[in-house]
Amino acid sequence: MPEAPTFAQPDPSALLLPFAGSRREIAEYEANGGYDSLRKSLGMTSEQIVDEMIASNIRGRGGAGFPAGKKASFLAQGVDRYLVVNGDESEPGTFKDREIILRNPHMLIEGIIIYLWMIRGAGAYIYIRGEYAKEAAILEGAIAQAREKGYIGSPLPGTDYVANVYVHRGAGAYICGEETALLSSLNGERGQPTAKPPFPAVSGAFKKPTLLNNVETVATVPIILGMGGAAYAGVGTEQSTGTKMFSLSGHARHTGNYEMPLSATYRDLIEGKGGGVPEGRTLKAFVPGGSSMPILMPNQLDTGLAFEAVVAAGSMAGSGAVIVVDDRTCMVRFALRTAEFYMHESCGKCTPCREGTRWIAELLRKQEMGLGTLEEIDLLLDICNRVEGNCLCVLGDACAMPVRSHINNFRHEFEEHCRLGRCSCPDDAPMSELYPPLLKAPLPMVAH
Amino acid sequence: MSDTLYDEIQREIAKYPDRRSAILPALRHAQEHYGWLSPEALEAVADGLDLPPARCLAVASFYDMFFLQPVGEHVVEVCTNLSCAMIGADRLLREFERELDVKAPGTSADGKITLRCVECMGGCGWGPVVSVDEDYEEHFQIEDVAPLLERLRSTSRPSESHA
Repeated sequence: MPEAPTFAQPDPSALLLPFAGSRREIAEYEANGGYDSLRKSLGMTSEQIVDEMIASNIRGRGGAGFPAGKKASFLAQGVDRYLVVNGDESEPGTFKDREIILRNPHMLIEGIIIYLWMIRGAGAYIYIRGEYAKEAAILEGAIAQAREKGYIGSPLPGTDYVANVYVHRGAGAYICGEETALLSSLNGERGQPTAKPPFPAVSGAFKKPTLLNNVETVATVPIILGMGGAAYAGVGTEQSTGTKMFSLSGHARHTGNYEMPLSATYRDLIEGKGGGVPEGRTLKAFVPGGSSMPILMPNQLDTGLAFEAVVAAGSMAGSGAVIVVDDRTCMVRFALRTAEFYMHESCGKCTPCREGTRWIAELLRKQEMGLGTLEEIDLLLDICNRVEGNCLCVLGDACAMPVRSHINNFRHEFEEHCRLGRCSCPDDAPMSELYPPLLKAPLPMVAH
Repeated sequence: MSDTLYDEIQREIAKYPDRRSAILPALRHAQEHYGWLSPEALEAVADGLDLPPARCLAVASFYDMFFLQPVGEHVVEVCTNLSCAMIGADRLLREFERELDVKAPGTSADGKITLRCVECMGGCGWGPVVSVDEDYEEHFQIEDVAPLLERLRSTSRPSESHA
């Protein structure tokens, strides 16, 4: 079995991962210009670094797409300020941060040290999902190498500032990718979201002002300082600058991570890089940005990868996780598997999400088994509307939005399940073994 | 309580300005020492952090990777989220269940192997993904099930593998 996901061919147009294989050794990283941006930043003021980030117009790579430069400028003043790097990467279909850590860990570490210097931070914590044991060990190794070189743990050249960087491993909870839940978890609580305000920029890690960014965003900081914010802004589109990692999975021929300029389209990614669906099959739909996003249809393949283009197409770019769905897939089953995940991951704090995700999953299971009714299809849409926008965080929305899109785009499949009293997919259709008809009794239809 | 676990917890506490933040690493160390988070293990974490055991349990119970019941020597986790399920993780899970004669989540009768399904582990491009004692095996196929189980039956879990 292939061990590490590495690219055999270099990609000269890429900025984050232009080389084949990995560069985990600091000597190799430095031989290719590594830590030059850090040295450059040491001659810059905090404001100058923030200004470069603003000029780059880079939007956060974690999912929400908030302008990263603006976020940096919001950080409250204070003696103890912290940088927290979000490596919880748990949105189904997403595996990009992992590839950055596996192949180019020092680029992330360099970005962290530049950001720490920018905020004169008391320390940085990389919150990495617990399942990424190997990736956590690689980061610990990179930190140890940077420490040996004097970038961490001793005053940075020509300054009296000391950068401290720690790896903090999660323990298996999707919700900890949400910023306030992540901070609850880092602060030693159950990983539940909290109300905003206070925003993390005012009260975050250890109740101190905290700058919180995704792994990919922070790893891009050395690139932006290296080439200059304005030059970075020249890549991609006006509103979505630079390159971004896209995780391609599902029924594409060549699945994996691809770094794409944000001026490219889903067709470039799915057909160009991914080779489309296998011979003899046709594209049924595709998830544009993680399982929480409304699904897009084959006639939307020419949609741009840029944040604004996906919104115009009726969905969101999210984390950049693209799941390709071919014609053999039962969309009721697809919706059910999606909803079950969010039901499992709901933290239970807000009633609409805790109850709503459960009801959505239970009604979808009835639908898939052919025990549902036409009225319940509308009931499902009604529950989706009641969940969305009514909770502290967007986990409930993450369940409601895709399910609504599955029903709206494939209502005929739901109606067919009701009419036939069963799923008409062949036995070897995807995900059939998870839902063997009549073997699995429906869950009791009671709230609990 | 073992001295080394106590020391490990103190080393974790030193990484944070607030000792409560060390609760996840402390729980992880305790699980590695005791195999699961038994009442005894939770007491040890509570002692090391100077927190009430109830708080340690409250936090531990929130996270999927902490075992609040005994598990086998090896833990096999099959990702059954969308991307893996779409390319055969469902059949893989049934094959594991058949070979081990146990329904997921469950432990084989000899107490050797615990099987469970988990949500997305971030290996979607190289699925189906199976995690074996926290180590990912990717592109896992049905014919890989029997040899893996054979290997696991004849080995003990390497302790402190990720400490």
